[in-house]
Amino acid sequence: METKTTPIFSWHTDHKGKMVEFAGFKMPIQYEGIRQEHLHVRQKAGLFDVSHMGEFRAKGPKALESLQWMTSNDVSKLEKGQAQYTLLMNDQGGVVDDLIIYCITPNEDYLLCVNAANIEKDWDWVNKHNKGAELINESDQWGQVALQGPDAFQVLDQLFDFKVSEMNSFEFKFADFEGEQVIVARTGYTGELGAEVFVPKSKTLAFWEKIMSLGESIPVKPIGLGARDTLRTEKRFPLYGHELADDISPYEAGLGWTVKLDAKDFLSKPILEKEKQNGAKRKTVCFIVEGRGIPRASYRMFSLDEQEIGTVTSGTVSPSLEKNIGIALIKAEHAALGSELLVEIRKQMHKVKVIKPPFVQ
Amino acid sequence: MSFRVPEENYYSKNHEWAYVDENTVTVGITDYAQDSLGEIVFVELPEEGSKVSQSEPFGVVESVKTSSDLFAPVSGTVIEVNQSIVDDPGTLNDDPMNDGWMIRIEMDTEKELANLIRAPEYKKLIQD
Repeated sequence: METKTTPIFSWHTDHKGKMVEFAGFKMPIQYEGIRQEHLHVRQKAGLFDVSHMGEFRAKGPKALESLQWMTSNDVSKLEKGQAQYTLLMNDQGGVVDDLIIYCITPNEDYLLCVNAANIEKDWDWVNKHNKGAELINESDQWGQVALQGPDAFQVLDQLFDFKVSEMNSFEFKFADFEGEQVIVARTGYTGELGAEVFVPKSKTLAFWEKIMSLGESIPVKPIGLGARDTLRTEKRFPLYGHELADDISPYEAGLGWTVKLDAKDFLSKPILEKEKQNGAKRKTVCFIVEGRGIPRASYRMFSLDEQEIGTVTSGTVSPSLEKNIGIALIKAEHAALGSELLVEIRKQMHKVKVIKPPFVQ
Repeated sequence: MSFRVPEENYYSKNHEWAYVDENTVTVGITDYAQDSLGEIVFVELPEEGSKVSQSEPFGVVESVKTSSDLFAPVSGTVIEVNQSIVDDPGTLNDDPMNDGWMIRIEMDTEKELANLIRAPEYKKLIQD
């Protein structure tokens, strides 16, 4: 498959963005360094190119019914201008992808924002299980930019004829940018204040540059995928392929709150009902390493008596805490808060402590 | 981007450099390697007196984003370890070719140097 670029590609390379291939796109992994970028988002504001994300549209009189059937959360609760975090379910009790659904018109017009790495898989899946919605893959039409951080509203409030700072979390609005319609959503993947803005491809670079210039006095800095990952890990936001997968259930991933068993019938519901009744066999925990080793995805987890109990799903050094942190999927009986466990790092056992998420409030 | 590739060193395809002074080989990671890794936050090195084998791991560097094995460019005995980079791993980003040296090896046999490459070939490797 040919590697794609986003509308902001040339800006990244002109500004020292170190480009890597991610999910079929050439994306900036970092500019000045993951740690500095991470802290800048926590303290000021950072701009992310997330144009690689996928966008599907579900329209028509069967749109709601189709989305209800495929996802775990209750789409019927959404009013116009509200967004919802939810899971695209497979039929084995696992997760095809996690996504946000934006309600443009209740019952008949929804935008779905899915992970770049899963666009093709999701597209096949939603078409296979569609119950009559008109489905459109709009991924090639949209760029997407996220401005996140405590100072983000200083810039966002200057962009449109409404104040982004007055919007609620998970609310979205249509707006005009240089004659094109954009979608401004009070969502994000860093745990900070801010917005994610869908911009038609032809205007994405202009929008990016507008934010950079309006934010010059803060300053707003560009942030790469590296810091995006450490930022979301500190907040214990799941990343598909790590905390979520085809063979991990929502309950195991700690996302039971997105599963609305009483609201509707949907894919995997009977399996999830049984799992909820019996309790999940595995649980996702957050832990801090007591020594110096850095846990990484796929490292093995052990109990203190060295019984293997699971694997690390994400791990890094936390720039905010200056501690080595990890998320792991382990046997439920070892998952109690405060438990001491072991992580195997290069054949050596390191002691870890299970803590209450998130790592950073 | 241009990386420093001093002529006097040998290089491994795993992006270590080796400076040979008679039987003593000083080892580190290349400028290209430190740049690819990004900010290095942790280094694990062998103890003095331990044996290392050519192309086998002798230690680890970790950046914020990933961990990466270090491979010995030659076989031999570790005679000196640069403790200062363990205490301050950032040196590896700032000065990988000098202050960021990692270990000195008393090499078993010069013959193994034939498995390493010189600066022109290494430059070509990192350009591709």
